[in-house]
Amino acid sequence: MAEQIMDSLESANAKALKKLRKRQKRKGDIEKARVKKSKGKHINGSLGGDICIFILLFLLGLFMIFPLYYSIVQSLKPISELFVFPPKLYVLSPTGENFSNLFKVAGNLWVPFSRYVFNSVFITIVITILHVFTVCCCAYVLSKCPQIPGYGFANQLIVTSMLFTSTATWIMQFVIMAKMGMINTYWALILPQVATPMGLYLMRQNMSTINDAVIDAAKVDGAGAFRTCWQVVIPNQKPAIATLIIFVFQGAWNIQGGALVYKEALKTLPTIMTQIAASGIARQGVIYASAVVLMIPPLVIFLIAQSNVMETMANSGMKD
Amino acid sequence: MAKKAKETQAVKPINTDSKFHYTMHLMKMNQSCYWMMLPFFLLFTLFTIIPVVMSLPLGLTSFNLVQFPKYIGLQNFYSLFVNDDIFLIAIKNTLIFAVFTGPFSYVLSFLLAWLINEMNPVLKVFFTFVFYAPSMTPSAYVIWQLVFSGDSYGYLNSVLMDLGIINSAKQWLTDTRYMMTVVIIVQLWMSMGAGFLALRAGFQGIDTALYEAGAIEGIQNRFQELFTITIPAMGPSLLFAAVLAISGAFTVGTVGQQLCGLPSTGYAVHTIMNHANDYGSIRYEMGYASAICFVLFAVMLITNHVIRKVLSKYTD
Repeated sequence: MAEQIMDSLESANAKALKKLRKRQKRKGDIEKARVKKSKGKHINGSLGGDICIFILLFLLGLFMIFPLYYSIVQSLKPISELFVFPPKLYVLSPTGENFSNLFKVAGNLWVPFSRYVFNSVFITIVITILHVFTVCCCAYVLSKCPQIPGYGFANQLIVTSMLFTSTATWIMQFVIMAKMGMINTYWALILPQVATPMGLYLMRQNMSTINDAVIDAAKVDGAGAFRTCWQVVIPNQKPAIATLIIFVFQGAWNIQGGALVYKEALKTLPTIMTQIAASGIARQGVIYASAVVLMIPPLVIFLIAQSNVMETMANSGMKD
Repeated sequence: MAKKAKETQAVKPINTDSKFHYTMHLMKMNQSCYWMMLPFFLLFTLFTIIPVVMSLPLGLTSFNLVQFPKYIGLQNFYSLFVNDDIFLIAIKNTLIFAVFTGPFSYVLSFLLAWLINEMNPVLKVFFTFVFYAPSMTPSAYVIWQLVFSGDSYGYLNSVLMDLGIINSAKQWLTDTRYMMTVVIIVQLWMSMGAGFLALRAGFQGIDTALYEAGAIEGIQNRFQELFTITIPAMGPSLLFAAVLAISGAFTVGTVGQQLCGLPSTGYAVHTIMNHANDYGSIRYEMGYASAICFVLFAVMLITNHVIRKVLSKYTD
């Protein structure tokens, strides 16, 4: 009996020792992992895997970036190369001719070109600011205040509205704007864009991952709903906000007034660029040049927004 | 979340005597929440809800944009399903597109977002940009028209002929045998848009402490990490991308229209969306177009409901 007990004790001892050793080894691994991470690498990755992923992404990436590359190449081609068929995928003697033609035409417009630039920049900035502000406020309530009456209904409304296509509704939208006297003003371009549900749903979904304890803590500290939203929740939502800004900026920048605005001085840059580009077949290069020029602001915003999203910012101060 | 709301409401009201009063009390208590929702919902009601509600009855009328809508009952829906054979083709095509592009583009954008997330910070920005590029390039269709051009100078034709795989040029965009495949490929390529970026944001929003904890608990490789930590932690972003994928998959049509024209040869890539555009912006029969949109809306609503049920099983 006694021997058996001794045996089992010993084996238990050995097991404990083994466990301890294992744990120490693991601890070492973790320390290694920490060192690895501080170099900006992934904690559970391997170098071989990283290289495989890079090659895969690079090959797929070539396929994806192709139209962007092609547009830039086409915009740099002189006339003699533009009409070669089939089109070449590279440019032999690049020229800025298309761009200078574009701006020459733009300089001779009836309304000064700067006016169109101002219109586009103005409505884009106003839409972006208004949209981000209203959406963040609303998304906070829709994700973190389930106690209010009408919470479930409001959420359902947002998701459902994302599924409705605009083919049937644009007439009614126009009728409403006409009744309110918004046609032919900046409001007709700005307000409908501010009220798109996609950004709201994006923010709502991202905010719902935030720990409730943090919000309760803010409440205990005496912060109201507005303050909790802007001082506690929003600083932890940088990746989502960067994405939101990219979406809304891109949408706002590409607005083509159309039927909503017909006064020449209120038209946007994309409208006028399409008009310039559409006015003759010999302007093939100008079309691509105008496309490239129009692409620059969204690209810049995209790069700024994406590179400002620091991984370490995510959920800082969220320790339980 | 909805469950939680019920729980809080189920707590016995302390200072009230009826459910109505209790609701009013709650509303008063949370006044600031309503003020925060007000600006968005005001605009949202004005520009989305009212137009949608007002355009639903249009499906019951005959409306040509000039004369006042004339009420004709369910005749639009009747002729849609009984007399209009093209609409039946459109339903079939839409379902094929939805089945092939929806799930594939969803999984593809998730996988790419995940792989990009494994890279170091500079490469992350670079690859996100590369894969989002098609959504920012306006002339994307032109390139595909060149690639799939029907003569022997089309890139695909000339490459295949040089390799000796085919003898004569194939009409990729007008031969009904190939059109569907071509459009599905281009659609998948175009699909790296909003859903992909949202998933990237979802990956970036995950608490890094979770990964450290995972390493301590003994997670060995990327795949374990993906299934045990990443996917459960980003449930809401997955739902968002799913809703986008559904609405994207069912409203396919622009790609087919740009590549194959409207109407396409033999209606091979004609979708419900194309049908609605055909009646709405070419023939100006808005009543009929509204009825088509309503059918599409109903189909998407049901699919969305089913997908949410399935996803919520995995994410919560």
